[in-house]
Amino acid sequence: MLLKGKAHKFGDDINTDYIISGKYKFKTLDMDELARHVMEDLDPDFYHKIAPGDFIVAGRNFGCGSSREQAPLAIKHARISAVLAKSFARIFYRNAINTGLPVVECDTDQIDPGDELEVDLKAGLITNRTKATTLPIKPLPPVMIKILNDGGLVAHFRKHGGFRLEEEKE
Amino acid sequence: MGQTIAEKILSAHSGQEAYAHDIVVARVDFIMGQDGTSPLAIRSFEEMGGRRVFDPERVAFVIDHSAPSPSEGVSNLHQLMRRFAREQGIHLYDIGEGVCHQVVPESGRVGPGSLVIGADSHTCTYGALNALATGVGSTDLAAAMISGQMWFKVPETFRIVCRGTLPPGVYAKDLILYLIGQLTADGATYMAVEFAGEAIAQLSMEGRFTVANMAVEMGAKAGLMEADDKTLAWLARHTRRQFVPVRPDEDARYARVAEYDVSRLSPQVACPHRVDNVRPVEEVAGTPVQQAVIGTCTNGRLEDLRVAARILAGRRVHRDVRLVVAPASRQVYLEAMREGIIQALVESGAAVVTPGCGPCVGTHNGIPADGENVISTANRNFKGRMGNNKAFIYLASPATVAASALTGKITDPRHFLESR
Ligand code: SF4
Repeated sequence: MLLKGKAHKFGDDINTDYIISGKYKFKTLDMDELARHVMEDLDPDFYHKIAPGDFIVAGRNFGCGSSREQAPLAIKHARISAVLAKSFARIFYRNAINTGLPVVECDTDQIDPGDELEVDLKAGLITNRTKATTLPIKPLPPVMIKILNDGGLVAHFRKHGGFRLEEEKE
Repeated sequence: MGQTIAEKILSAHSGQEAYAHDIVVARVDFIMGQDGTSPLAIRSFEEMGGRRVFDPERVAFVIDHSAPSPSEGVSNLHQLMRRFAREQGIHLYDIGEGVCHQVVPESGRVGPGSLVIGADSHTCTYGALNALATGVGSTDLAAAMISGQMWFKVPETFRIVCRGTLPPGVYAKDLILYLIGQLTADGATYMAVEFAGEAIAQLSMEGRFTVANMAVEMGAKAGLMEADDKTLAWLARHTRRQFVPVRPDEDARYARVAEYDVSRLSPQVACPHRVDNVRPVEEVAGTPVQQAVIGTCTNGRLEDLRVAARILAGRRVHRDVRLVVAPASRQVYLEAMREGIIQALVESGAAVVTPGCGPCVGTHNGIPADGENVISTANRNFKGRMGNNKAFIYLASPATVAASALTGKITDPRHFLESR
């Protein structure tokens, strides 16, 4: 899967309250509605700046805070194709994989706002078109690749009727 | 090879000898969802083709985050939860029963050695009972409701040893705020923390819940403690179930060990907008506050209300401050009434709201105005957390919050405690 888009940069410790505020998420299961408020407390216009396929690029500990799965879902429904960060908080990371939002650990200091990026999850490589450089991606654990490949945990369960996470024997 | 508490519990539940970094599929003992996460879990459950939950006895829903409902959107999601709970025969704690992280321990279903998941990040609270308990999202919750299982990456363990005795007027909340200030908001990411040392042993169970509750604020997957006589006595008051305490092996392998001496600690305050922006109260004393909050899953327990009442009884809350009190559960509320605590708080000017999350997460019960400062016993002070991104949230112990409510500015509670 080759993902293409522009970088939108954020800092360290972007918590799930910033991604989608509690005041919205308790009200609805309509993720397209929630998507309009993504990152609103940090940048009220953010939703309107996103072109489909763009990336959120952040520092350390992205997604810290609450366990709300509305956070990766709102990002996904805002048509962000992946989140790139130096590191992720644990629950957000799981939730992103479970809901099919690619999350990529890499050295995001090498990316500036507005850079045009291509992310190749399979090859484990980011190409920065603007800077004409490449960046390696820290590979995902095999279990997570398995869930992502199935299209998230819901699809995984539909397919297998339960957890089937053993590594395939060649 | 020796094992940590987390490794032992995950081994026992997965049927394989598990060590840090292993991936296991484990059987879970108890599953909890609240009203911010369960509706989405119900949807995932249905999309996954789920028909029945694997064991209704092991699943509970709690309506606590927006309880009673402040809007029709929330009401409809609550209705969805009630319907699902009835159909599936699972227990639903409806409005007024309390915060999930108080009602689950009170239910006696969780204890030493249990493996628990909750669709709420502060599920780590039950680590105070020597249970491996961790927060997950709605889809993980749905998968566990169907299968009774979850996959885990076995965490590394960070052992934090707290030496010394907390001075008077300094509480469990100050201890954990101090540790978070030292270790930062991602100081224990992906790790299980074992809290140990005499300062932890000396805490009441209520204090231990406060400490374990905030383990996630340093990124931890779980905040574990050993079970001692206090733990077992507490459990005996809530259940007849028997549990076997899980101790780490002498030669267990830790990713990190740190020691802190807490015998000279001052009351601590986490300043806006970061939980790890922690200062001793002396440095921030005098900052004006317009709202004070006592409650939440961190500090809404009987001991917390008792200490607040000790400071507030016979005095009046400052005229420029609104004091909101949310008892953590109905049981806490009733006991506080019996002891005259509620009477004292209300007489002092407190507004007591329904047991539950109160104003913690900005859905209702006291959203601050633009530019206002709030001092709260909660666990998060992110910008916008309480529903207004133009407000400023300070986190402190119930004693510090009560003292600040009296003076209208952040105040060292020791002034009030000494004079009584
Ligand atoms: S009291 Fe606050 S932190 Fe605790 S469960 Fe409720 S909303 Fe979450």
